[in-house]
Amino acid sequence: MAVPSYYTRGETVAYYALRAFVGLVLLFLISPIIAIMPLSFNSETFFSYPMPGYSLRWYDDFFLNPRWSGALKVSFIVALATTALATFLGTLAALGLARVNFYGKSSVMAVLISPMIVPVIISAVGMFKFYALLGVAGTRLGIILAHTALATPFVVITVTATLSSFDKTLMRAGASCGAAPHTVFFKVVMPLILPGMISGALFAFVTSFDEVIVVLFLASPEDRTLPLQMFSGIREMISPTITAAATVLVLISTALLVTVELLRRRSERLRGVRA
Amino acid sequence: MAMAQALPHDATMRTADGTPLKVALARAERREKLKAFALVSPLFAFIVLSFVFPILVMLYNAAHDPDVADNMPLTIAALAQWDGKDLPSEEVYAAFVTDMKAAQQNRQVALIGKRLNYEISGIRSKVIATGRKVGALDQPPFKEAVIAIDPIWGETETWATIERSSSAYTPFYMLSMLDMRQAVDGSVERQPQERRIYIDVLKRTLGISLLVTLMTLIFGYPVAYLLATSPQKTASILMIFVLLPFWTSLLVRTTAWMILMQDDGVFSQFMSITGITWLLNLFGQIDGSPRLFHTRFATVVAMMHIQLPFTLLPIYSVMKTISPNYMRAAKSLGGTPFYSFVRVYMPQTLPGVAAGCLLTFILSLGYFITPALVGGPSDQMISGFIFSATNNENNWGKASALGVILLIATIILYYVYNKLVGIDRMKLG
Repeated sequence: MAVPSYYTRGETVAYYALRAFVGLVLLFLISPIIAIMPLSFNSETFFSYPMPGYSLRWYDDFFLNPRWSGALKVSFIVALATTALATFLGTLAALGLARVNFYGKSSVMAVLISPMIVPVIISAVGMFKFYALLGVAGTRLGIILAHTALATPFVVITVTATLSSFDKTLMRAGASCGAAPHTVFFKVVMPLILPGMISGALFAFVTSFDEVIVVLFLASPEDRTLPLQMFSGIREMISPTITAAATVLVLISTALLVTVELLRRRSERLRGVRA
Repeated sequence: MAMAQALPHDATMRTADGTPLKVALARAERREKLKAFALVSPLFAFIVLSFVFPILVMLYNAAHDPDVADNMPLTIAALAQWDGKDLPSEEVYAAFVTDMKAAQQNRQVALIGKRLNYEISGIRSKVIATGRKVGALDQPPFKEAVIAIDPIWGETETWATIERSSSAYTPFYMLSMLDMRQAVDGSVERQPQERRIYIDVLKRTLGISLLVTLMTLIFGYPVAYLLATSPQKTASILMIFVLLPFWTSLLVRTTAWMILMQDDGVFSQFMSITGITWLLNLFGQIDGSPRLFHTRFATVVAMMHIQLPFTLLPIYSVMKTISPNYMRAAKSLGGTPFYSFVRVYMPQTLPGVAAGCLLTFILSLGYFITPALVGGPSDQMISGFIFSATNNENNWGKASALGVILLIATIILYYVYNKLVGIDRMKLG
């Protein structure tokens, strides 16, 4: 990290100042997430250092107390159902949008992406009233439908991004070699857009897994998801189990992040793009 | 010559089966469009039904409230003859008694009271009490008897309010969210000073969002620059610091800030150890003593932490495409490093800056969880007021009207974003 010899004094100062500044910003970004983890091993019920002793009691509570483990289970079920539905609908739509240019395409796209942009509280209030009319408010199905609406934009965006660099002549090549349209899709198109689909699916999963506002409106007491359990826990009185829950969630996001990064690199290698 | 003879008489190009090429192409294109339509329509229909339509219904509720109109049909019909100056006639009171008896039987009195209470505070309990007592009245004249139950029925303003609610469509909610109201004569005027709160909430929401956007730009731009100009290996390692928070749930990050910012929490400890408590004296004070938790400063810091990757990543991806040759050229033409950076490099990053800042600004407008958990009562934004309107006050008209304002602001910015950046070029991670 030595400064090139032709740098002026001003440039040298700027070089180190930039690195110091960026270092502080990155520290700021990561520190809350790192600082909260050790607290989850605290043997006492307060949240500051130094800790008097270490224990796994909050993890014990998180995994064995039915309030927390039940919420974790509900979250997984809802998120998996949402992911399946959102990935299916979103991929189809992205394929359609990439196919041709038609009048009003950008408006259609704007509508499809809007659930990501519209403040969630507005969606939640609207959905609560409307889903109550349909009789799905307070049911797990209602939460899954609402989360699917919120999650599909991520799938549409990621799959569209992979398709934008997709070479359409490959499909014609497949067809001219005698493959039926579905064979072309599964043997040619799908392997190439799969990384986009998987990233989209993971985004859909976290969107549902982290979502709390819609759940606040739509969930019945039996359908408490993990974020809802955390949120109500925080508002009443912070239980240290929350630090254990947060740590587990950070580990899950780390795993997802690593997966997405590996996929991105794989797809860049496949398509010969260097980013 | 031989080629010309091979073509048919009308000299159009044809496919192997003899259809004119133009027709065949148009047909193929139509088939493609139909296929595209078939692929897009399931999601489009789903989004319209499960998302767009519920929001439209909510918007409708901002101007539609049939609680009074449905439950006082006779009173409203009788009030049509009223001149609005003196007290209404005996017929109005007679109709009122009939309506209230019916409402009492159908358990709708509380609804009427709730609705009227938005405009005349304190009337709710009086309406409910009247509903209980009105059953005893069976002989005219009703006018004196009703006023005897509660003097509020002897005031013209009460009847003017009922008359204004006679239509199920009311400008009341939208007007009150703009700190305005209808006067007795139907004209629009500003709310009295002490009831003007929502314009402030709107200003606060825009102000916090703007501040958060600026802070993310100031802190994010240098990081994006270093990431974009570092060697690939260093950049990927540094990128983890940006992407890990990006992938961590908003609730987890807010919780982390909340726990760390407690009065005796880690950050207070950190600040007193490193001696930067003076920061608090500058930014975060409650009742004159330096505090971190439940301050505007804490809200902005936590929101900035959550939004930083959203601003940074679009800037980074634009910076990746800028060739270093431009800076070399600028320097070789005699520009100082600073001058070259400002005049040559920075203008090229503007598309990324616009994309990142607009996205952060739009998303910041809708923040609810973070201000609710980290901020104090005076740091709540529009979303927070919508939440308390529905969950604490059970006032869906108010929630819908606030929703309209927030939605309009969002849609305008979304439109600008689409024009400037293009949604189809939005990228994640």
